[in-house]
Amino acid sequence: MAVSAIKEYVGVARDSLEKFNGKQLVYFSWDHHLLFAAPFLLCVEPQMTVQQLIDGALVPLLQADPDAASLDWSQVEWLKSNQPWRPELQRSLADNGIGHKDQIRLRTAGLNSLQSAA
Amino acid sequence: MDMKAGKKKLGLKEKYRLLTRDLGWDSSYHSKEEIFPYANYEGIKIHDWEQWEDPFRLTMDAYWKYQGEKERKFYAIIDAHAQNNGHLNITDARYLSALKIFLQAISPGEYTAHKGFARVGREFPGVGTQVACQMQAIDEIRHAQTQIHAMSNYNQFYNGFHAFSDSRDRIWYTSVARSFFDDAMSAGPFEFMLAIGFSFEYVLTNLLFVPFMSGAAYNGDMATVTFGFSAQSDEARHMTLGLECIKFMLEQDPDNLPIVQAWIDKWFWRGFRVLGLVSTMMDYMLPKRVMSWREAWNVYGEENGGALFRDLARYGIRAPKGWSDAGKAIDHMSHQLMLGLYQWSFGTAFHSWIPSDEDMDWLSAKYPQTFDKYYRPRWDHLKKLAAAGTPFKNFGLAKLCQTCQMPVVFTEPDDPTLLCHREGVYKGDKYHFCSDHCQEIFDREPEKYIQAWLPMPALFQDPLNGDIGAWMNWVNLHDGVDNGDYAGSQDQHNFEQWRRMATSNPS
Repeated sequence: MAVSAIKEYVGVARDSLEKFNGKQLVYFSWDHHLLFAAPFLLCVEPQMTVQQLIDGALVPLLQADPDAASLDWSQVEWLKSNQPWRPELQRSLADNGIGHKDQIRLRTAGLNSLQSAA
Repeated sequence: MDMKAGKKKLGLKEKYRLLTRDLGWDSSYHSKEEIFPYANYEGIKIHDWEQWEDPFRLTMDAYWKYQGEKERKFYAIIDAHAQNNGHLNITDARYLSALKIFLQAISPGEYTAHKGFARVGREFPGVGTQVACQMQAIDEIRHAQTQIHAMSNYNQFYNGFHAFSDSRDRIWYTSVARSFFDDAMSAGPFEFMLAIGFSFEYVLTNLLFVPFMSGAAYNGDMATVTFGFSAQSDEARHMTLGLECIKFMLEQDPDNLPIVQAWIDKWFWRGFRVLGLVSTMMDYMLPKRVMSWREAWNVYGEENGGALFRDLARYGIRAPKGWSDAGKAIDHMSHQLMLGLYQWSFGTAFHSWIPSDEDMDWLSAKYPQTFDKYYRPRWDHLKKLAAAGTPFKNFGLAKLCQTCQMPVVFTEPDDPTLLCHREGVYKGDKYHFCSDHCQEIFDREPEKYIQAWLPMPALFQDPLNGDIGAWMNWVNLHDGVDNGDYAGSQDQHNFEQWRRMATSNPS
């Protein structure tokens, strides 16, 4: 049994998709950029394009990092569920297969400004 | 007819027998299974409850006498503290952040522990165990009350104390401690005993209470020191009960060993995550620090914990699975979490701040391998942003671990530059974790943890739907008063003004 209980017991998932009124959660992190203490939690519409997500949410959030200005979105490496992956920026999150609570990661080789030179 | 008087007073041993073991009886209308329906489902096999030893042999009459005496002393000192303006004798008001976190996250845990021990005292079939749990249930509610009373004096003068029960229920960082207790409360009686009695009271209590009480003493907080002393003699009894319970399970049946070991693995790691909050307190929040989190871990974790697990090895118990990853995290965890608390401080009912140059030098000295290399550059950058009038606030909010509910601030055990990303799928839904150990806990009982109320996702559901202002009202957080940077806060202003009035003749 998937829980220790005195009889058959089925739980109800608290954060399932239908609780978000047509939106969904997406988690986003920029590898090795730990000024941002944890992956961001974003609540967005699945019809939004990846480009809209970048312009509307990610660029403003990442602005505080000194590397943000040198970030070239056409050159970045993407990961989804920790696997290499490439989104089509002009298509929607749904078309890109970004599901509820998916974790997207960004890798930018060479950008690591807040690490000590030592 | 007159009652015939007894020959003499009862001996201690006889009194203990009459007042504990003699209170049990065999039922005749109902089976034992009907009366104690929760005693078997966890798989723990007990053959003889009479083997349970209560090392303290404390009886109720003696218990009331001791506790009553302690209460009288405690409240005398609390009165003196209030009359002598104790709220001005602390080092400075930054210290209060540690106290606020304690009141919001830990004191309510004492109350939960009270409810838990009252419950398992009913659920265990052995009468010796029932009595011991009953006393601990009363201890725990007394601890909750004395802590709340001790801190209530500060509530008259400083912000962030006024809504600790709303904070406990609704705000985000408290859910780390709350979910620890909720997890234990919704487990069976044996697992509860291991979680609270053994893991919390025995393995982790030194790391929570000793630094906290010493921190209070170092920073002039007599009220808190007093409840620490008042609780201390109870803690000794609780630790003994927790250890007795674990030995009892292991001695009763060899089949109990793998169950107990899995609980030790789980509850060590859950407790270790709660200690993340304590680590920030020790390294960052005390104006006058006692020792670093690393130094505390060396003494109370490595040495004491190590000795305990060597002692339990004769029962076949090994150190908890997460032990080595815990060791790797020690030099990083306080910095990683404090950077988070600072950037999310718009949502905390306590103040954070950027460490001063002097504080940072202390941190470099205490963490020579990690602070200058990884963390000083981040604080320096935050300092620059604050100086430019654009202090960093991270409105991205945070991904939380499904199990421990901590924002996922911790890095890979072997790479401090990379956040630990762990995820799994259960019944078609994704779940995220801060570590392998939290994922393993989830995987053993997914039906339990999918129900977890995670504060960040909840903020985006009905009725708040992402409205931060409405959220602040709901958690009873006064924006611009309770939260944000200590620098420029009302707490800072008031403390400095009152202290000046108490120590000089301001014009």
